[in-house]
Amino acid sequence: METEYLIAVAEFCASHKIEISFIISLQRNGLIVIKTIHDAAFIDVEQLPQLEKFVRFYYELDINLEGIETITHLLNRINTLHDEIADLRNKLRFYE
Amino acid sequence: MTFVDYYKILGILNTATSKEIKTAYRKLAREYHPDLNPNDRDAKKNFQEINEANEVLSDPEKRKKYDQYAKDWQHADEFEKARQQQSSDSQRSGYSGGQSGADFSDFFESMFGGAASGSRGRQARYRGEDYTAEINLNLIDAFKTHKQTLSVNGKSIRITVPAGIENGQTIKIAGHGGPGINSGPNGDLYITFSIANHSKIKRLGNQLYTTVDLNLYTAILGGEITILTMDGQVKLKVKPETQNGSKVKLKGKGFPVYKREGEYGDLTVTYHLLIPANLTQKQKELFIKLSES
Repeated sequence: METEYLIAVAEFCASHKIEISFIISLQRNGLIVIKTIHDAAFIDVEQLPQLEKFVRFYYELDINLEGIETITHLLNRINTLHDEIADLRNKLRFYE
Repeated sequence: MTFVDYYKILGILNTATSKEIKTAYRKLAREYHPDLNPNDRDAKKNFQEINEANEVLSDPEKRKKYDQYAKDWQHADEFEKARQQQSSDSQRSGYSGGQSGADFSDFFESMFGGAASGSRGRQARYRGEDYTAEINLNLIDAFKTHKQTLSVNGKSIRITVPAGIENGQTIKIAGHGGPGINSGPNGDLYITFSIANHSKIKRLGNQLYTTVDLNLYTAILGGEITILTMDGQVKLKVKPETQNGSKVKLKGKGFPVYKREGEYGDLTVTYHLLIPANLTQKQKELFIKLSES
């Protein structure tokens, strides 16, 4: 069985001095996934870098949730395009 | 050491209010924040300057000190004396932005020490900066899983490079980035592979392609040739009457499939017929006879 590494949302919020409602809003907007175990909310550590990025957007850059959602979509698109460019470069190299 | 004009960096007048400073900072931070400009070194550098300017100007004490020194900047001796008297603070806050926070200018370090005081109240734990590195490999190196040692920020890291890694592919080594801030976790290390191919074999994903020369007689009568693959020489039977440009596929002789042990692509061999040159008179006569038969 694979081990899951989870962080309690309450602990994350306390550590970052942020409101739990912010995390809930992120979940509602489909930006993160929260797991509930015995009525306690957890997030997968894999999501941590992304979540911390959202915290920086919201609390440091003053970007609202709609903005975060838009930025996330655009960054994902940039990543996809980067992958496509790398793939096309490799194909181009084949014909050079 | 060069004087750094923090007001100019934030595009504000030296009479700016704290609200104006905050607004200017946020506007520029939104433009240059590393989270919004992944892998953009110029943006990162700009952001560090903006961050530093804000670190000073948003703190009334630091701003006062800075304004005083900026005014007296011509008197370098006085500045030096003051510099020696200053004490360094122990913590800093502000944007982590995937930054280690250690990147302040000499000017800042001289005036305020290497670290700044937590002026923003939110002493959050942040993960450290994500590092990026590039590894150059040859196609043959990428063919087999192997260990590679690289030096990142003075530390030696030994990694396993899985066979089948693609040119331009980036892998993440968790926890090998910059140290976290306020006991936050370390950042990650992202390694991008650049794979050079100097061989006659061309790669497209897991498929390999090569062209081999075939003499006319073997092409017509059939025979056996030896070709070079990624993992050594292979004997190949050539069917009689093989045409120029015809292809044969060698199953499983291609490139390894990334992270799927024992799985390989195919190698496609294209025959390039060599027409005999410098024929003797006798040979020419034989060809004439052949053409008339």
